[in-house]
Amino acid sequence: MHVKIRINGKPYEKDIDPRLLLTHFIRDLAGLTGTHIGCETSICGACTVLANGLAVKSCTMFAVQADGVDVVTIEGMARDGQLHPLQESFWEEHGLQCGYCTPGMIMCAHQLLARNTAPTDTEIRDALGGNLCRCTGYQNIVAAVRSAAGKLKREPRIAAGD
Amino acid sequence: MIAHNFEYTVATSLGEAVNLLQKHGGRAKIVAGGHSLIPMMKLRLAAPEFLIDIGRIPELSYVNKENGKIRIGALTTHYVIETSDAVARGCHALADAAGLIGDVQVRNKGTIGGSLSHADPAADYPASILALDATIVALGPKGERQIPASKFFVDMLTTALEPNEIVREIQIPLRSGRTGSAYLKMAQKASGFAICGAAAVVELDGSGRLSNVGIGITGVGNHAFRATDTEKALNGQKPAPDLLKKACESAGKGIIALDDIHASANYRLDLARVFSRRALEAAIERAG
Ligand SMILES: Cc1cc2nc3c(=O)[nH]c(=O)nc-3n(C[C@H](O)[C@H](O)[C@H](O)COP(=O)(O)OP(=O)(O)OC[C@H]3O[C@@H](n4cnc5c(N)ncnc54)[C@H](O)[C@@H]3O)c2cc1C
Ligand code: FES
Ligand code: FES
Repeated sequence: MHVKIRINGKPYEKDIDPRLLLTHFIRDLAGLTGTHIGCETSICGACTVLANGLAVKSCTMFAVQADGVDVVTIEGMARDGQLHPLQESFWEEHGLQCGYCTPGMIMCAHQLLARNTAPTDTEIRDALGGNLCRCTGYQNIVAAVRSAAGKLKREPRIAAGD
Repeated sequence: MIAHNFEYTVATSLGEAVNLLQKHGGRAKIVAGGHSLIPMMKLRLAAPEFLIDIGRIPELSYVNKENGKIRIGALTTHYVIETSDAVARGCHALADAAGLIGDVQVRNKGTIGGSLSHADPAADYPASILALDATIVALGPKGERQIPASKFFVDMLTTALEPNEIVREIQIPLRSGRTGSAYLKMAQKASGFAICGAAAVVELDGSGRLSNVGIGITGVGNHAFRATDTEKALNGQKPAPDLLKKACESAGKGIIALDDIHASANYRLDLARVFSRRALEAAIERAG
């Protein structure tokens, strides 16, 4: 089937099998390997991307369902070579160790901050409830999102792919 | 984890989807949010030859309040229901259930029509849908049909829907006066699904007596059910801690409870008693 999916503002037109998962389209056909596959069973959130502004697990969507959809991946966060405040804060607050979960964490946090500009720690934890991290123990991830919320409040900025 | 291959069609209306279901017989399935069906297809527990996507029919996602009812389109996502003011005001137990489903990503994609049609015995909505006396409106080859919630959940993963019928809308009657509702659950830690979930709806009359009590329980039996004995024991009574506790003793009466690695049958039945009491307490508090 012929599909056209915009990823980070750039259209990708391909002929695909309907059973191809969106996550494989992004990684294998568009070559954007920042989106990770952790569990492949809808549990870990590593594959989270934004589809028309909504955080979704790209392993639980067929690419054909994203025909005509605007997708934003971790590669669409930095703009003009400058990291997005969320990326910066994950770095500064040690919100990652191995980094496997980080793209999913950041995409989900990006949606949270779009919906709620000043989340409490409980709200941050709730919003990231579908994203598992085997390294950090979550404390620094929460601190990173809190710090990014503050930065964005002082200086609003949109991601390149938004 | 790659699904069996299939042919994919985007339906532009429910009528078209019904026709396609009829044309392909048992070889086709419809997909809405895909958050029950796609995991099953990846595990090859489901292998439809034709997948009909109703997820792009925009006019099926809405929450309207009219003629004493809240009407919710089948494609309305859990997130929209969780954050709807009309749902929170008119039927809080449904907003509670939506907000407790899975995680944010699941709530962004999953739909109420898909969840009810899938009829997972541990799904959250069915308890609230039963307690709130909802009606499910389905479209089939012979036209539209209204199915009361009490007749909808038939068995594990089985509903009263005919193979070619599609849920179009969920209707919830609004209650007037002093009324409140709530849904609470004990979740299985890894999956988030309900080991037991209980919804309660109450009305309080002028003298502070309970009436039209509705209690729905999910996760405990093969399918969600109403705790009718508990409801009967409460109607006409003034709420008091002892009364609630006693009435909830019969919350799982006559039910053959699920018994698995997550919880024994006895434990589930005990949770049914405890969670129906807590849901009642929360509903009574909201009734004010
Ligand atoms: C990680 C994860 C965690 C979850 N946790 C929970 C939880 O805690 N509680 C909970 O209740 N659920 C949970 N779910 C399930 C989730 O709520 C699903 O969204 C829901 O069960 C199905 O809705 P859907 O729109 O995704 O349906 P789909 O997957 O698209 O469809 C499900 C089934 O219903 C049929 N169908 C879909 N729409 C209709 C319709 N309008 N009329 C007739 N048939 C229809 C399909 O053919 C299919 O057989 C979870 C799912 C995942 C992946
Ligand atoms: S890889 Fe998609 S949720 Fe884990
Ligand atoms: S940093 Fe390693 S999984 Fe989160």
